[in-house]
Amino acid sequence: MNQTARSGSVTAMINRRSLLGAAALGATCPSWAQFRIEISGVGATQVPVAIAKFRDEDKSGQAISAIVRADLERSGAFRGIDATPVMDETSQPQMNEWRSRGADALLAGSVSRLADGRFDVRYRMWDVVKGSDLGGQSLAVVAADLRLAAHRIADAMYEKLTGEKGVFSTRIAYVTRSAGRRFALRITDADGEGGQVALQSPEPIISPSWSPDGKSVAYVSFETGKAVVWVQDVASGQRKAVANFRGSNSAPAWSPDGSTLAVTLTRDGQSQLYVMGRDGSNVKRLTTSIGIDTEPVFTRDGKAIYFVSDRGGSPQIYRLPAAGGNAERVSFTGAYNISPDLSPDGQTLAFITRNGGGAFKLMTMDIASGKVQSLTDSTDDESPSFAPNGKLIIYATRAQGRDVLMTTTLDGKIKTRLLSSGADVREPTWGPYGR
Amino acid sequence: MFSLKTSTTFLALVAAGLMAGCASGVKLDKPAPVETRNVTPADGTQGQGGAESQVANVDLGKGAAGAASNMPRTVYFDFDSFVVKEEFRGTIEAHAKLLNADRKKKEVIEGHTDERGGSEYNLALGQKRAEAVAKSLTLLGVSDQQVEAVSYGKERPATDGHDEAAWAKNRRAELKDR
Repeated sequence: MNQTARSGSVTAMINRRSLLGAAALGATCPSWAQFRIEISGVGATQVPVAIAKFRDEDKSGQAISAIVRADLERSGAFRGIDATPVMDETSQPQMNEWRSRGADALLAGSVSRLADGRFDVRYRMWDVVKGSDLGGQSLAVVAADLRLAAHRIADAMYEKLTGEKGVFSTRIAYVTRSAGRRFALRITDADGEGGQVALQSPEPIISPSWSPDGKSVAYVSFETGKAVVWVQDVASGQRKAVANFRGSNSAPAWSPDGSTLAVTLTRDGQSQLYVMGRDGSNVKRLTTSIGIDTEPVFTRDGKAIYFVSDRGGSPQIYRLPAAGGNAERVSFTGAYNISPDLSPDGQTLAFITRNGGGAFKLMTMDIASGKVQSLTDSTDDESPSFAPNGKLIIYATRAQGRDVLMTTTLDGKIKTRLLSSGADVREPTWGPYGR
Repeated sequence: MFSLKTSTTFLALVAAGLMAGCASGVKLDKPAPVETRNVTPADGTQGQGGAESQVANVDLGKGAAGAASNMPRTVYFDFDSFVVKEEFRGTIEAHAKLLNADRKKKEVIEGHTDERGGSEYNLALGQKRAEAVAKSLTLLGVSDQQVEAVSYGKERPATDGHDEAAWAKNRRAELKDR
């Protein structure tokens, strides 16, 4: 993808102007009906952005402006407002008019076909309040990357307006189970669309985990009649069994530098943590406990590992040095706490708790204070995974009798259900920046 | 029992046929008399209750393959439990007998859980169930090399329901030939 950036002043718009209450939010606009955005709670402060339909986007086969708008709304930081008529990046928008329509920011652009068959997606952003040009770009992409171009535009908009990096052009991996018990490891855009199948199997697949460079996925496949850890190169499909010992091999987690995998093995008895090279070399036992130790996750600095252990009688979250040593207990509320994931800044722990009523709930814990917060009203939450900017969590839950994927903001107020095309969807994991 | 019943029925039908041939006011709607009797097994294990009597019927001398195909292969567990219950002792002993009779024979023991909870923690719980069954076998003389305990966690339910009846069927370990 070619990018020709034109400069514009970075403007942090959030918290500046009329941060309208959630009362102003209408129902989901029918034209974006493929994205189901659920907004709960009151007092949500979303910046109103007008995203005009890109000129000739219909001819490209992708609804560029709708993708951008849905991305921004899903983040919880923005709400889209109506933006007709069609304009493009060369327009000279009347700021007074856009102000009166309630927009804080405006996006417009165009799509045109290049001689070599690629598409040129151009856009420009404006700060309506200030009446200034926020810059734009020209993205030349093949048809298969049109969605990616839209996500990159959403990322640019998000970063311009919040000062923080967007995650719309990242990818997620998850597992689907369709009728006849066919399992598939799918890799899609962060909005759940544009899915590609990385692995299909008649046997279960669980616990996908992205390498930090976003080029490989480790996962557990039962294709040989038992749980074996594989690492697969996403672009080529080349794969290798990296942990295939006696018993079960599971729960792969990458070290931040991508050189090491932490896994759960049962080769010496009960489920215990081990570390190994990413190719399966130099296996070293990390824990020696009387209980189950599993679900490791490295801290961002690679120095510690959070994991689940029932050494104290019930499954709880613990932490130990990545080089081995004494484990300390981290979770204390409730009798069943599993599936930890760490925010990129290392300050927040997402996990699943089983409450007294037998419901499985997505929780977060502020690690410094130990304060916990429930984020959902659902009862079958599983597998939380932080977005690389730490602003969203993707998780699996059940809705209308199906296994579905949701994203939520960290305050639990903005939730989006990702597309699932009729299959049961589980085991989501959010990929890193870059692809 | 089968032959007894058949012969009785056969005689009744023959009798009915003969009588019908006479065309002399025979009531055809009257059911043919069929005698049903419980068969008492020669080894006298009847009446000792449930699973244990099944075990006594396993006869390795009459061809291991035939016996194995009828052998119970599933051990069920209570909620949050890894204890192989007494009622499955017969199942374990039958498999131990088979494995001890042929050191080249191998089995894989698959542990399973019900659908509630996380996939990885359930995988570990299923592994504990499989290990419990494997341990029961090795205590009866089976070699470590003959059995491998693995787990499917909650990924391969025996039945798809979402109630206690379904969960009870899914909390299990399956003994499979390798």
